Amino acid sequence: MSQTFAIGIGGAAGQGVATPGDILALLFSRRGLHLNAYNAYQSIIRGGHTFLTIRTGVDEVRSVGDGIDLLIPLNQDTMDRHLRLLTAGGACIYNSDSIKPGAAAEGVQLCALPVSTLADISRNKVAQNTLALGAALSMMGVGFSVLEGVFEAQFGRKGESVVKENTDIARAGYDYATANFKPFAKPLPMTDNRYAVLSGNAAMAMGGAAAGVKFYCAYPMSPSTGVLHWMASHGRKAGILVRQVEDEIGVINMAIGASHGGVRSMCATSGGGFALMTEGLGLSAMAEIPVVAINCMRAGPSTGVPTKTEQGDLWQALGAAFGDFPRVIAAPLDIGDCFTLMPEIFNITDKFQCPGIVLCDLLLAEGRLSVKPALLDFNPPIDRGELITSNGDAHDEYLRYKITPSGVSPRAIPGIPGFMHVVSSDEHEENGVLISDEYTNHAKRRAMMEKRMRKMEGIEAAVPPPVLEGPADADVTLIGWGSTDGTIKEAREQLAEQGITTNQLQIRWLVPLHGDAIVDILSKSKHTIIVENNYSGQFARYLRSETSFVADGHIRKYDGEPFMPHHIVEAVREQLAGTTTVSVPTHEVMV
Amino acid sequence: MATINITAPKPMVMADLKGKVDPDWCPGCGDYGVLAAVQKALVELQIPNHQVATVSGIGCSSNFPGFINTYGMHTLHGRSLPVASGLKLANHELTVLVTGGDGDGFGIGCGHFVHAMRRNINLNYFVLDNQVYGLTTGQTSPTSRIGMKTKSNPYGNGDTPVNPITLALSAGATFVGRGFSGDQKHLTELIKSAIQHKGFSFLDIFSPCVTYNHDNTFQWFRPRVKKLEDNPEYDATNWVAAMEKATLWGEEIPIGKFYESTEVPTLEQTEPVLDAGPLIGRDLHIAPDVARKFVEELM
Repeated sequence: MSQTFAIGIGGAAGQGVATPGDILALLFSRRGLHLNAYNAYQSIIRGGHTFLTIRTGVDEVRSVGDGIDLLIPLNQDTMDRHLRLLTAGGACIYNSDSIKPGAAAEGVQLCALPVSTLADISRNKVAQNTLALGAALSMMGVGFSVLEGVFEAQFGRKGESVVKENTDIARAGYDYATANFKPFAKPLPMTDNRYAVLSGNAAMAMGGAAAGVKFYCAYPMSPSTGVLHWMASHGRKAGILVRQVEDEIGVINMAIGASHGGVRSMCATSGGGFALMTEGLGLSAMAEIPVVAINCMRAGPSTGVPTKTEQGDLWQALGAAFGDFPRVIAAPLDIGDCFTLMPEIFNITDKFQCPGIVLCDLLLAEGRLSVKPALLDFNPPIDRGELITSNGDAHDEYLRYKITPSGVSPRAIPGIPGFMHVVSSDEHEENGVLISDEYTNHAKRRAMMEKRMRKMEGIEAAVPPPVLEGPADADVTLIGWGSTDGTIKEAREQLAEQGITTNQLQIRWLVPLHGDAIVDILSKSKHTIIVENNYSGQFARYLRSETSFVADGHIRKYDGEPFMPHHIVEAVREQLAGTTTVSVPTHEVMV
Repeated sequence: MATINITAPKPMVMADLKGKVDPDWCPGCGDYGVLAAVQKALVELQIPNHQVATVSGIGCSSNFPGFINTYGMHTLHGRSLPVASGLKLANHELTVLVTGGDGDGFGIGCGHFVHAMRRNINLNYFVLDNQVYGLTTGQTSPTSRIGMKTKSNPYGNGDTPVNPITLALSAGATFVGRGFSGDQKHLTELIKSAIQHKGFSFLDIFSPCVTYNHDNTFQWFRPRVKKLEDNPEYDATNWVAAMEKATLWGEEIPIGKFYESTEVPTLEQTEPVLDAGPLIGRDLHIAPDVARKFVEELM
């Protein structure tokens, strides 16, 4: 990866960390730079410690990286926690009225802003943030004028006076820094590209809208609530009916009801809500009504750590609901993929009339990424499968669950003459009549089980197997799934610089897994290491259960924070040295 | 297989509403009377059966959709209302009937019951209330009387029974009534009014269980039920009067329409997204100018 620049802004919740973060994101993207941002925070509305890292560069920025170039602590706590991590060439801009710097490493520039002399802090409570922002621009070698347009976008709604007040304060910070602080060695570059910046939650919501979702419902649950927020604020423009429902049991069942009515329906939650949805997923499978449920994983079990990330719900998704039934499970690889995946999974669930689960996690759901606007394609291919929406010609008795070679039976939506039928959560025969009541017909039960499960063959054919990235003869094969893609890629670049060649097998479709293709790839690998954000190696266990494949080593993290590239680099090195086969990197800073 | 001819519309008769199979309820079960009354109401209202969906949960009475020839959904225990709500919102031109028992609606599904009423979504919820769990062979239900002995409460139920009528009134249902399977004519009229009401209609229908409830039998109800319609002074638009009547239990048990408000808009009416008609049949793609704005706001 080419040169990047990372800024860390930290303070207590409610101190206004988000606003400078939003402003910087807009500023970078309008400068034609890519960015990747992640906010580490706690389940508290006021107080605590929240630390936003925003990293930018000319090329795609795949993770928030390993270090900070510029630290902006909004309180003493942030200064105390993070200053020690700055290295030579870095800088820290702080309010010298209220914050005392600690011991900084050699070559770190401490930039004291006399906030009360530069701005009227009785009028503007967040003056220190705006001054720091102005100062940062100066030091990054960014002209001031760009900020005015960004302020207009950020504060324009609040009126011209607010824009002007903020502009004046930022100007004071900018000028003070120009006069007193040393600029960074390399000014922030600029390109003619323009990027869209979005969170994974917004991406999944927009991806759903692009897929033709017309009904969205949810119960608020971190870190998935952003999907609901996007849907709620855009649904009316997009013709999507959005409902907040009493609980996740109601959510999944309402989504299934709407889907049976003939519209594409989606819902999102996190582990606890997903647990409540599981019986409904079984209904979707049994009644053969497609539905897509997103699980933005957070650290569990139980209420767990609501604002921290984990990939700990794989087995919950694999085993969601009792009984055997066809399902699709996919994990988006990055925030752009959160968008792209949605139309794909909708096409599959519609075609095969089964539940689809999107296993996202907090890292992607609440992280932010710049993407090329063209990636957000609102005109993707839509395949609704065998859906009967009008009465057409006279026909034989309609069999909702007709036994077919593919296992898929044409699905009529209610309201059409001549296709009346009952869909059922009880086992049923081809015409929908229950077989469970008066007598249980084992032959019919077996035929219906086999019909439903046959759909897995079609699903497997519809989903591509994973592809190995990197040289086939690499020293190490890193295997990950979902959101770890970018961090693993970046770790591989660092390893390459250190003379260790790697390739990578990143799993996007978890069900169907394409186990044979995976084993075919991995059997040629020299040293296999599975990287995942959980305690027990959930994917490693899954891969073993499906294929008998056992990896040589494992890198796991379950402290609530995502991997940083150097965690993987160091773990690979220690495993190649033979020190261990299970590495659990330590997160260096408390956030 | 029979060829289905769908070209010639003709008046719908009772035979058109006969399900693919006959009910498997116990002989003498109250549910037969409710099924007949629902079928009769649909015939009298002449709502084409392909425009009707019957959605149920799980339990004896929840087998209802299989016994009536409409579109049907036999869902999960307690979940009929959210499923029916989703279906109604996807295609609000459908007449959606929701059927189930007291355990399904007031026990496991009670949360959904309260919230569905708050929304005033135009559903017709008919609870076939037999005050006992039948399909699981006779346990206490949320409407079982205090002292009632069942397999799960052999020493007698000690929990205060749910009063479905006061619960519905307080949760905001805009049509609240009570019927009795033993009075077909009255029940049919009540069901017709409920279906014609725009908004959430709730009917608690006494549907005695002849196998597991030996306390609240047809014989027990018959002398006690008194029709609200027989009292010319009763004003069903008066919510307070409805609450008062709803608390009566014992020698006199009111049946009929307790309450109806036509002033509260339905969810379908207040939801602007539905102004353009049902969600089904819409262009799945977002209009290009709208999509462009969605992306531009991220830049």
